[in-house]
Amino acid sequence: MSSPTAPAAAGATGLLGAAAVLALGATVVLGLGLPPTEEQGTYARLIAIHPPLAWAAYLAFGVTGVASALWLWRRTRAPRFDRLAAASAEIGVVFCALTLVTGSIWGRPTWGVWWTWDARLTSTALLLALFLGYLALRRVGGPIDVRARRSAVAALIAVADVPLVHYSVEWWRTLHQDRSLRLPESDLDGAYTAVMLLGFVAMTLCYGWLLVQRCRAERLEEEGELAGLNAALAARRAEVPAAEPAPAPAASLP
Amino acid sequence: MWRDALLVAGKDLRIEARSRVASNQVAPFAVLVLVLFGLALDPDRGVLERASAGLFWVAVLFASVLAVQRSFTIETGDGARDGLRLSGLDPGGIFLGKTAAVVVQLLALEVLLAVGIVLLYGADLGRAAMVAASAAAATVGLAAAGTVYAGVAAGLRVRETLLPLLMLPVAAPVLLGATRAWEVAMGVSVDDGWRWVQLLAVFAAVYLALGVAAFGTLLEES
Amino acid sequence: MAPAVELRSAVALLGRFPALAGVDLRVETGEALLVQGPNGAGKTSVLRACAGLLAVVGGEACVLGHDLRRDRRAVRRRVGLVGHAGFLYDDLTVADNVRFAVRASGADVAGVGPALARLDLDGRLETVLVGRLSAGQRRRVSLAVLVARRPALWLLDEPHASLDGEGRDVVDDLVRGAVAEGATVVFASHESDRAVNLASRTVRMAGGRVVPDAAVEPVATAGREAVGVA
Repeated sequence: MSSPTAPAAAGATGLLGAAAVLALGATVVLGLGLPPTEEQGTYARLIAIHPPLAWAAYLAFGVTGVASALWLWRRTRAPRFDRLAAASAEIGVVFCALTLVTGSIWGRPTWGVWWTWDARLTSTALLLALFLGYLALRRVGGPIDVRARRSAVAALIAVADVPLVHYSVEWWRTLHQDRSLRLPESDLDGAYTAVMLLGFVAMTLCYGWLLVQRCRAERLEEEGELAGLNAALAARRAEVPAAEPAPAPAASLP
Repeated sequence: MWRDALLVAGKDLRIEARSRVASNQVAPFAVLVLVLFGLALDPDRGVLERASAGLFWVAVLFASVLAVQRSFTIETGDGARDGLRLSGLDPGGIFLGKTAAVVVQLLALEVLLAVGIVLLYGADLGRAAMVAASAAAATVGLAAAGTVYAGVAAGLRVRETLLPLLMLPVAAPVLLGATRAWEVAMGVSVDDGWRWVQLLAVFAAVYLALGVAAFGTLLEES
Repeated sequence: MAPAVELRSAVALLGRFPALAGVDLRVETGEALLVQGPNGAGKTSVLRACAGLLAVVGGEACVLGHDLRRDRRAVRRRVGLVGHAGFLYDDLTVADNVRFAVRASGADVAGVGPALARLDLDGRLETVLVGRLSAGQRRRVSLAVLVARRPALWLLDEPHASLDGEGRDVVDDLVRGAVAEGATVVFASHESDRAVNLASRTVRMAGGRVVPDAAVEPVATAGREAVGVA
């Protein structure tokens, strides 16, 4: 079941990987080169990767949701969508965790606390919890199709929750003066914005490349299991001992 | 579908009436949670009174996990889950029926706990309309989301630990909304309480719809 | 007249294990078919597949005119399955259980009383919680559900198990009664003598397939298994 365009696909993936590394490298270098701001000092430079990481986490989540929906809808049901959903979730967890870590690092020197209960950070923390629940469910799921079904439903429920979480947390935090991780007021020549945009591109490329790799690994795993099933089918049929070759034709019973 | 829902709700409530799990185990547990909060947070400094809305809804949240869990445990005894599929009942109806039964149980529990926080924490539930509306919307939402997730986790050996992990993050908006609405009703905070009620209503509607749509597929695996 | 059950090369999986590995079976309406075979041959699986509980993933499967590969759900109301598990709620009484099952399948509730009487469950036993019953009594409750629902296809998995002599006579009566009313009965049983006399036809299963017999014979000589030519 390997793709007939395998060599071309491998080449494209390699290109994607190279682009991702380049973009990421550029972001880091340029980000470090940004001048510090008055209010947030050097830590404001985290803007280059923190929002992009968050974006990638939500993108991953969105992909999981769409893939799950495609799997659930009979007409488009295919194992690759289940694999896509799982792979995207695994990568999404990483991006989500990194978002929280960078957010924490950002907040600490500025306001002296590890966690600012910033609206978006809190929403992202809940997103991480949803991700972890989804992955925990997949780990205990059982046979492939059963697991795919449960996970797909769980993913859609979680996706439906995201806007609700967003609004509720947002409304909640606007009641209080929030210490928010926002773009610094004085943005010299839009330099910060530019590097942040580059960061968005870089993270998207990284996500894409990781996704392809993970999907490939999962497909190989499942092909292995399919081979095992065929072997089991053959063994089952061989259970009936061949006492003597029966001359009767193999017609179905009258 | 509605006829099937009524049938299933009736059956679930009848089982509850016979086995008394909700009244004998879940309710005492929830009241115990309230008492424990009282032990943990010193009652003399007014913290309890200000926090009573939040503590109430946390207790309800924990109780709802148990209630929803129980709703599905009764189906697994002696292969009854197969029986549910064999019966030919509409899955959407089964979902609504189970959710309705959980709602009834939770509402009864909430009345008990409301008395609890008035007695134990000195809370003042002034504006009855908002209290009732937000509680109703929140309960339906919790029951619906919980029933769907319990369906997702049903039959798995680790479901007791998995279900809270799945359900509680999803229930976060309900906790936020219900607590804020009650704080407004108790006069503890100034805010537009009704927009929170609207949020709770949207949550409930979304999860009722999701549950009806998804339950058929959930029930299907062998 | 269309057959009640028609399976052609049906394949069904339990996880990754092929419980049915290509079953060919045809049951005409009004037949009482006995399915025999060793443990693990797939008897229970074939009954569950016909009830629409076990998904058929290969071949063809048609029960009471419903294509099981396309929609398993629709057939369930018209089929009655009595298996090892009772499908009963322990916390409800006998009468409650039967009434619920009957209402759920859309059958007439008026049939509940006579069904309970037929299975000797009226009177004291009617209000006992199912959880307190013995295995044999639970089996009778499951049968009462079937009698009250009057499905077009009866699927019985070891119906004589855990019943005493009198109970087994009742089962035989029920099967004959069902057939007389035009229903079709498929049952799996280890009880060779009693079952074979009850059945109008017998098939054997082994290794997840139906083994074609040359003719209908009561009891196969021990150790002799014919091989189906693929």
